[in-house]
Amino acid sequence: MSFFKVENLSVWFGGLAAIDGVSFEVEPGQVFAVIGPNGAGKTTLFNCINGIYKPGKGEIFFKGNEIVGLKPDAVARMGIARTFQNIELFDHMTTMENLMLGRHIHMKTGLLRGAFLWGKRSFAGREEMVHREKVESIIDLLELQSVRNKFVGALPYGTQKLIELGRALALEPELLLLDEPCAGMNAEEKQDMIFWIKDIQDELGITVLLIEHDMKMVMDISDQVLAINFGRPITQGTPQEVQQHPEVLAAYLGEDA
Amino acid sequence: MDRKRSYYEDVALFDSKAKLFWFFVLMAFLVAYPHIVPSNSYIYMANLMAINIIVVLGLNLLVGFTGQISLGHAGFFCVGAYATITLMIHAGLPFIVALPAAALISALLGFLLGLPALRLEGPYLSIATLGFGISITKVIGKMQFFGGRQGLHAPELTIGSWNLDTDLDFYYLAVGLTVLLTIAARNIVKTRVGRAFIAIREDDIAAQTTGVNLTYYKTLAFALSAFYTGLAGGLFAFVLRFIEPEMFTLLMSILFLAMVVVGGLGSIMGSITGAVLITWLDLQLRHILTIPYIGDWLRTLSQSWFSITGVSNIQYIVLGTIVVLIMVFEPLGLYGLWIRAKKYWKTWPF
Repeated sequence: MSFFKVENLSVWFGGLAAIDGVSFEVEPGQVFAVIGPNGAGKTTLFNCINGIYKPGKGEIFFKGNEIVGLKPDAVARMGIARTFQNIELFDHMTTMENLMLGRHIHMKTGLLRGAFLWGKRSFAGREEMVHREKVESIIDLLELQSVRNKFVGALPYGTQKLIELGRALALEPELLLLDEPCAGMNAEEKQDMIFWIKDIQDELGITVLLIEHDMKMVMDISDQVLAINFGRPITQGTPQEVQQHPEVLAAYLGEDA
Repeated sequence: MDRKRSYYEDVALFDSKAKLFWFFVLMAFLVAYPHIVPSNSYIYMANLMAINIIVVLGLNLLVGFTGQISLGHAGFFCVGAYATITLMIHAGLPFIVALPAAALISALLGFLLGLPALRLEGPYLSIATLGFGISITKVIGKMQFFGGRQGLHAPELTIGSWNLDTDLDFYYLAVGLTVLLTIAARNIVKTRVGRAFIAIREDDIAAQTTGVNLTYYKTLAFALSAFYTGLAGGLFAFVLRFIEPEMFTLLMSILFLAMVVVGGLGSIMGSITGAVLITWLDLQLRHILTIPYIGDWLRTLSQSWFSITGVSNIQYIVLGTIVVLIMVFEPLGLYGLWIRAKKYWKTWPF
């Protein structure tokens, strides 16, 4: 049984095949990168994995369980978290509250127990404190202390990207989907992000599925690379192998006329 | 700077001694209020305010926190009022059982109305809820079981051996419930369920991918909102001790929504201030023509420019104008004003 497997996945939007017969397997603990030009179907692939789109054909297995057809929240509960290419944060909440939502699936307080938040010893009070401590450890890890109680909508772009990563980590996922974590970042921020992704892999032991355009970064951190174009897989292998592949070069640089 | 020493202080009801002190001052004022006002009409007004606060808390949980609009809350209000009286008259239940039961019936209807809301948004949802609000009062108004167009008279209101036959007795019941429900609402929005509500308002895709079940929390928000409104409706039945279907109009739904928006979307304190202000204006503006100078001027204006109904509707024209002005100058409502005042005093005198 493989950790994570996509089998012959296809998605059509009308007559257009956004993804056409993509298959791959991810080993636990890997950083697995998906590359391809704009419109290749990378984000569509992510949307299928976490249940935002329902694929037309094919299967996705996570730890042996079929996850196609599950709703996004059910996928999240199974242990798959993600970030988005265009940041999707809760703008009018603070960093702390955004990260606390990452703890949602691990908490139990419902309507009644929430309404009766009478003091530290009430169920809701105790649970809040336990999970705030977890969130605090993520804030420490990503060095977000200075924006802890700030509304995220007004924060700089790079910080927002980081908070989104923090929110995904708060879910304590086994598989983390990162959709262009470095898009729009400067060189220094990119370096930091690379370190954090390595930390996530090494220290937290989370498997990472990554979409990225920056080839240097992909070379740096990924164990396996899958290249797709027009929804079809071109090649899969180590970063070096994929980089040399003629079709990949053609897709990125264009062919001779 | 207000520095925090434990995580609990983030969610504590009173995160400072000063807040606890002012809370007790407020409670003392609420207890003393009926004894320091000059006439019974002030107690009556406070009762209406308390009831409207409960409605607006419920509506704000739905509109302000979860981001789902409703133009049909007069319908839930109506259901709560009718269910309470009907359960007391026909099922012989005591008030203390009938009121929560009626609120639960209203919550059930709220859950049912929440189902189409899973597929509808914005203007479409407002029309769907509008349809509910109008039709439910029509249905109740046509059924003889509910007294038809003649309406229903409320039975004696007793809790155990406490006979609540005056506005004063009713005041303590209504205000006590309002305080409890305010604290409950505040606790809900500070903990897990409330965060899920706000997440849905802010970004429903991201909410789902962090594990928030959209179906569950959207219908829960509707049911909770309807519970609050139904409970308030049950109390309202005993304010005039008489209800008829024509009381629960579309205008009532819109006034509830106006209270939410004027007070501040997504704010517990805004719910209270909005309900208090609009209730006060609604009652006071009925006597607008008796105010010296302004009253005469409005009467002349109305008689020379409006039709015969102009004079009687002038209260709504003035109320509408005030709402427009508040929205223009402070989109966050009264809560926005409060935040600005707080910021100003923090840095005063610079």
